[in-house]
Amino acid sequence: MAISPFVEIDATQKLDPFKGVKKIPLEEYFTSGHRTCQGCESALVMKMMVKAAGPRTIVLGSTGCMYVANTTYYSTSWVVPWMHTQLGSSGSAGLGAAAALKAQMRKGKMKKEPINVIAFCGDGGGADMGLGAISASLTHPDYNFLILLYDNESYANTDIQLSGSTPYGAHTTFSPPGKMKRIMHHRWKKNTAGMLAAGHPECKYVSTICMSYGLLGMNCIRKALAIGGPTFVHSLDPCPKGWDYDPYISHELGELAVTTGIWPLYEVENHTLRLLGKTREIADKRYVRQPVRDYLMKQGRFAHFTKDDIDYFQSKVDEMWQKWLIPGVIPMMKDLEGDAPPAE
Amino acid sequence: MATLTLPVKESRKTEEQEALITGAEAIAVACKLANVDVVTAYPIRPYDTVMQYMSQLVADGEMDCEFIVADSENSQFEIVKHASVCGARVFCGSSGIGWMYAMEPLTVTPALRVPMVALVGNRALDDPGAFGVEHNDALAVRDLGWMLVWVDTAQEALDTALIAYRVAEDRRMLVPLAISCDGAFLTHSQALVKIPSSEQVKKFLPRYDRGELLVHPDNVISVAPQANEDWVMEIRRQNYEVTERACDVIREVYAGFESIFGRKYGNPFFESYRTEDAEIVLLGMGTLSTPVKVAIDGLRERGRKAGFVRLRWFRPFAAEEIAKALERFKAVGVLDRDLSLGAPDLSGVVATEVRSAMYTHAATRPPVLDFLCGLGGREVTVRDAEKMAEITFQAAGGKPQPLTQWIGLRG
Repeated sequence: MAISPFVEIDATQKLDPFKGVKKIPLEEYFTSGHRTCQGCESALVMKMMVKAAGPRTIVLGSTGCMYVANTTYYSTSWVVPWMHTQLGSSGSAGLGAAAALKAQMRKGKMKKEPINVIAFCGDGGGADMGLGAISASLTHPDYNFLILLYDNESYANTDIQLSGSTPYGAHTTFSPPGKMKRIMHHRWKKNTAGMLAAGHPECKYVSTICMSYGLLGMNCIRKALAIGGPTFVHSLDPCPKGWDYDPYISHELGELAVTTGIWPLYEVENHTLRLLGKTREIADKRYVRQPVRDYLMKQGRFAHFTKDDIDYFQSKVDEMWQKWLIPGVIPMMKDLEGDAPPAE
Repeated sequence: MATLTLPVKESRKTEEQEALITGAEAIAVACKLANVDVVTAYPIRPYDTVMQYMSQLVADGEMDCEFIVADSENSQFEIVKHASVCGARVFCGSSGIGWMYAMEPLTVTPALRVPMVALVGNRALDDPGAFGVEHNDALAVRDLGWMLVWVDTAQEALDTALIAYRVAEDRRMLVPLAISCDGAFLTHSQALVKIPSSEQVKKFLPRYDRGELLVHPDNVISVAPQANEDWVMEIRRQNYEVTERACDVIREVYAGFESIFGRKYGNPFFESYRTEDAEIVLLGMGTLSTPVKVAIDGLRERGRKAGFVRLRWFRPFAAEEIAKALERFKAVGVLDRDLSLGAPDLSGVVATEVRSAMYTHAATRPPVLDFLCGLGGREVTVRDAEKMAEITFQAAGGKPQPLTQWIGLRG
């Protein structure tokens, strides 16, 4: 991939993939002190994220569960430098910190060494409010940082209100099923990772992960940090409180999100798309997609669904797999036969 | 786009130079001299000429910094906030409604104890859209912990920018500082400016050192973890104590400035013009000083003893010094280039603050009249200034005057 001669980029840390669970280091950089819910997958994402990154890392955290429930005055759980950033500012946070390191190292004001910069946000901070700043930051090829979006599909910290990343029909405190309207939230979940991958020609790495597949998720994060430039990782995190299920099935729900085809796992590395894990098996027809009913009916937020609602949900997922140009990534459909370009 | 006309000479390192530059350009030159590390730009008139000049300095290799064009004012200020926390000296700026779009980072930056220097090219707030000067943009952050200073000339803009870095980054302060330049009248007006040498600036301005507050893997800290009724009040108190120290730090830095650069500003907080034997004074901020001073000279020629006080620092507000300086006059007329809709006596921001300071600190309390003038960039004319002085003389003579009146309004 051609890079402009005017782009000046510093070296990154060498972060080879962990070759198996047993090779993952024992050191923890996100430890006790937080007060996230039992079964919180997002807290697990934080733990795996800094484990994958290692100690020479700066973490900047947007407002959300992983701020309010995670980092309390006098009992921080972070063993790497961490700073709160505003809800919509993860993109600017990563960019600003990376620019500061780069300038000071170049000008001899700071010891030169590759330092990881990770700015994380929830779906409210990333898919809604902060999308503009994330998009802008991904166009700056000169700086090394990762934006990690932990997506628990609602504003879970503020009482479970719907976000642009909440799935169709879900019961949230802003979309309760009622006597007149069974489905208050009739918007389909935003395709954040696909949009960011497609819309940022100089971003070298975008991936979707789910920490039910922990090793894969950590290796995606390591790749995102090592490849250089601004990168984006989108993690789907089952949330016992917001999704309304027994905490012990958190991991199982993450797996079901992938095996039902609702949450495709993929990476776009240097503009090459690769489907990952079970998603790849589905695409290769080595694994049959599970019905979405198995995923939906385990969650209280879909308890009001009728058969019609489940069928509609299934049809949308089928459509994604059968008609999208690239399933889960590019929502434009192939329509070669009906293709009638406007007359010249 | 304007091009730089600065002389490029080796001698600049050690000798003072003189150049014909605008107020905005003077600030850009100060940032270069201060060896700023990270700058973020976003377009809005009239502040943005500083960024046009600076981008040229970077393109020409005269200035070594990360020059980042942001996607909004909100991002602009967030980017430099994070850069400053990671140890970089930063510069930023905006105008009018753009400044308001950054209100969230403007709120958290002083709360986090993050120093930055920003230029506010003062501009009327929307709606209606207007390019002209009003002071309500910068004044919107007056309760948040920003330091706010108004300057009058390009020379003062350059000098104050250097002073600003030393004040804002002082370990006792660590808060952001905004330099207000009246849009067009100062941002775009050229004047001969003495440009100090980089050696002088090095002597005056120490390195920015966050010490144990630096966000870096060698210094593992958690910044701004969630707190509630258990600790927030104590944290607020720390920010409050910064404002208690502010006046002393400013005095100290001005003294240091004088000893190195030789230019004297007298009292740092306000400039007094022909006030020694004055019966009344007008008081205002920014470039309206020019017509007011001309009017004062005219009045003096006719035997009318009027003077002028130009307020520089609005935050901190040097209440006692200002009150002591004003108590001896028979009446004070404040020129407010701002509105504070619904405020006591429907007066502007400056008059309300001056009255508050006088109530507590003045031995005698002369009437303080307020004149709302020059809004939306309307010129404050010499005749306007004479009229305001005459009204103030009337009040001094015991004839009651309305506490707030509009000057220069179409009939």
